Amino acid sequence: MPVASCGRPLPTSFVLRLLLAFMASLPVLAQAGPTEDRNRFVKFFEERFPGVPIDDYVYGALITNPGGRRQYDEIMEFPPFLGDIENGKRIWETPFRNGQTFADCFPDGARNVLGRYPYFDDALGKVVTFENAINACLRANGEPEFAYGERQPMGLLTAYARILSDGMRIDVRVGSPAALAKYEAGRDLFFRRVGQLNAACAGCHLYNAGKIMRMEIISPALGQATHWPIFRGGEELMTFQGRFKRCMEQMRAVPYGYNSEEWNDLEYFLSVLSNGLPLKSSVFRK
Amino acid sequence: MLRVTLRPGLYGLMRATAVLVVALSLQPTQRANAGTSTGQQIAHDVYKGNCLGCHQIPRDPKAVSLANIGPPLENMRERFADRALLRSQIWDATARNPQTVMPPFGKHKILTEAEIDLVIDYLYQY
Repeated sequence: MPVASCGRPLPTSFVLRLLLAFMASLPVLAQAGPTEDRNRFVKFFEERFPGVPIDDYVYGALITNPGGRRQYDEIMEFPPFLGDIENGKRIWETPFRNGQTFADCFPDGARNVLGRYPYFDDALGKVVTFENAINACLRANGEPEFAYGERQPMGLLTAYARILSDGMRIDVRVGSPAALAKYEAGRDLFFRRVGQLNAACAGCHLYNAGKIMRMEIISPALGQATHWPIFRGGEELMTFQGRFKRCMEQMRAVPYGYNSEEWNDLEYFLSVLSNGLPLKSSVFRK
Repeated sequence: MLRVTLRPGLYGLMRATAVLVVALSLQPTQRANAGTSTGQQIAHDVYKGNCLGCHQIPRDPKAVSLANIGPPLENMRERFADRALLRSQIWDATARNPQTVMPPFGKHKILTEAEIDLVIDYLYQY
């Protein structure tokens, strides 16, 4: 029986109203943490990189490298991986045995959907990535799923399919306490030291963003979620989680693995961080 | 594995030598050997100290790096008059700065104790 501090029992209707008000505020409260986090990150980077327009963060390490940015722009006019995009398009457009296609699984043929990925699925109790959605589509149509992290067919497929959302601004929500828990798990991993080299993502991509490691500029975490897959040297297709794998290996840590909860939560956190930034898929990196 | 027919005489000896020379020259030269490496080799080896990943060593002409994550390694004898202090920084930099990105080379056994000593000897030149 709830009581006031003076010991007298509180009226039930008052308690009920209070409880309802609290529950109604939970989605707002849930979002408050992520929004505050994002604002803190943006403020940090604005001080580190004065004068850089926020939309430019999609260019990663190129924001402090005008020569590199010019090279990138020239290459992106006619990128060397167009053949890979064509192959991805072919996979996307090839009908399943039942005559349906991938486009039928998404609203508007999957145009402008990517900005809402990954999302937290309340029923499943976990984060759902775009790759998860592709495999859900395959399952629903009686087709075998694609392996996560493979260049063929999943990598090539997403290299094309993600382009359908180019220009859409990321809009990933954290709408419940359960979603917040996954967001926070991703954030915790971002700040957690791993591996023999004892490094956290934040060590490089927050505190040392813009600094040079050997000969390469370190990219800021803001904007990282917007531009996948990358084609390293114009050839090597690398997905977002593929980059997690490479980084963890470089820190001499055992990678969590494609489609692990840890990496899906990390992708969730990093996408929220880049809320508002425009998507641009299948880009060149040297 | 090369399969070479043995031939008698000088010709056979010359060919065997040539094969041996080619085979040895194909060994990886980048990996620094724990027993025979210099401090410079250990410091520069990307699989060992990889110091140039984060630091410049301006007075070593062989130290090619634009890195600016850590301070340049120069005036080391003035900055670390106490060798134990430099050793501790390499062994586990989080002791002095919990936020550091410098790997704990000793604590996590990235380098052996002997390798750390060789690196310090190397750094004290600059």
